[in-house]
Amino acid sequence: MISIVDYKAGNLTSVERALKHLGVPCRITEKPREIASSERVIFPGVGAAGKAMEVIRSRNLDKVIYDVIARKIPFLGICLGAQIILDKSEEDNATCLKVIPGVSRRFPDVGIKIPHMGWNDLSIVRNHPVLEGINQRAQFYFVHSFYPDPESHENIIATTRYGVSFASIIGMGNVVATQFHPEKSGRYGLQVLKNFCEWDGELE
Amino acid sequence: MLSKRIIICLDVREGKTTKGIKFKGNIDIGDPVVMAEEYYEQGVDELVFYDITASSDKRDIIIDVVDNVAKNIFIPFSVGGGIRTLDDMYKVLNAGAEKISVNTAAVLNPELISQGAKVFGSQCIVLGMDAKRVKRSDSIPSGYEVWINGGRTPMGIDAVEWAKKVQDLGSGEICLNSIDADGSNEGYELTLTSLISEAVTIPVIASGGAGTPEHLRDVFVKCDADAALIASMVHYGHYTVGQIKASLAKEGIPIRELI
Repeated sequence: MISIVDYKAGNLTSVERALKHLGVPCRITEKPREIASSERVIFPGVGAAGKAMEVIRSRNLDKVIYDVIARKIPFLGICLGAQIILDKSEEDNATCLKVIPGVSRRFPDVGIKIPHMGWNDLSIVRNHPVLEGINQRAQFYFVHSFYPDPESHENIIATTRYGVSFASIIGMGNVVATQFHPEKSGRYGLQVLKNFCEWDGELE
Repeated sequence: MLSKRIIICLDVREGKTTKGIKFKGNIDIGDPVVMAEEYYEQGVDELVFYDITASSDKRDIIIDVVDNVAKNIFIPFSVGGGIRTLDDMYKVLNAGAEKISVNTAAVLNPELISQGAKVFGSQCIVLGMDAKRVKRSDSIPSGYEVWINGGRTPMGIDAVEWAKKVQDLGSGEICLNSIDADGSNEGYELTLTSLISEAVTIPVIASGGAGTPEHLRDVFVKCDADAALIASMVHYGHYTVGQIKASLAKEGIPIRELI
């Protein structure tokens, strides 16, 4: 069973629908005990970092997130879920989960429209099991005003260009996170989700 | 590089897709769920469903349509038409839509935008605007006026001012429909689209008038629109999404290929 962590940040049903379409059993839950006992954890979310962190702390979801990550359970962050696993966010100046060293930054004012909304491509920096079978020219759906900026290049799996080049997939050990929405990115998005559902959390 | 989006609009009346000309007279052209799946397979980037059901007791039909679309389609889609409250927004999002489009209700009650953005996030709130060319005046300096009720009621509001205001209120995107160009198949209203696109920093979707791939090219190149809404050119089988995209790619416009 896969748990989709509910921390009241946006619409989680689209992730659930995509997994159902793939025939993968899943549940949307905010119960630490259910999350702790799952085979895999998906940490989606849209919205503001400050509010999200407040909810996460007040419901003790931070502790169960640290617990599942420490136990090597495969963990997938999506969108806001890719930002708040870093140390902090420029959004609301929020202190975040500190799973991967780095900061979530706002797109600079360089004549680009913000949010970055629409389909964009990936430059793959290093191979990762979630990218198995992904065509190099495939595009993914993004909607965000902040982006993950990990401290170490080692934690960058793919980058995307929008005004700046930013990390669109980050990872460390059994944790992987996409700034784009795989559940809204057509067949290659579904492929990323399917790959995650088959991943044992190990890197070669 | 960020691709220019091609968005197909399906007007839905009591659960059936319809197509009208200049906001008047509609004919049914198919099942929106089946059509949505076909366009998804063709590689469309996004879909919009406008509920134009007249009677309020049949409004929940659109929720079934949304639910059925969301089960099989994994690209963003928005729903507009008759959304007046946060509860209406919640129902549509919960059924699987990515975004909500508000138009008349937002003009009558601009707080709906800020409330929706606060509860669901700006990225969920698309402001649909119907604008019509009028004589320039002190109250309408741009020469484009906002109309509501499906293009039936002029509001005495300047389209450019309204665009700036909805951005400030937290709208994540503007879907700009030209009443003059709608249904004409003669191309988008380029002057209007440029005016709005330059006035705001949020993405602008051009709508109304698309008949050929060249019309999309013009609105992308000349007006810097972020997305182009199309309807009859695909509904009547004149073009497939793939043909439109191939034509745009040949012109060097960044698009998402179907691979």
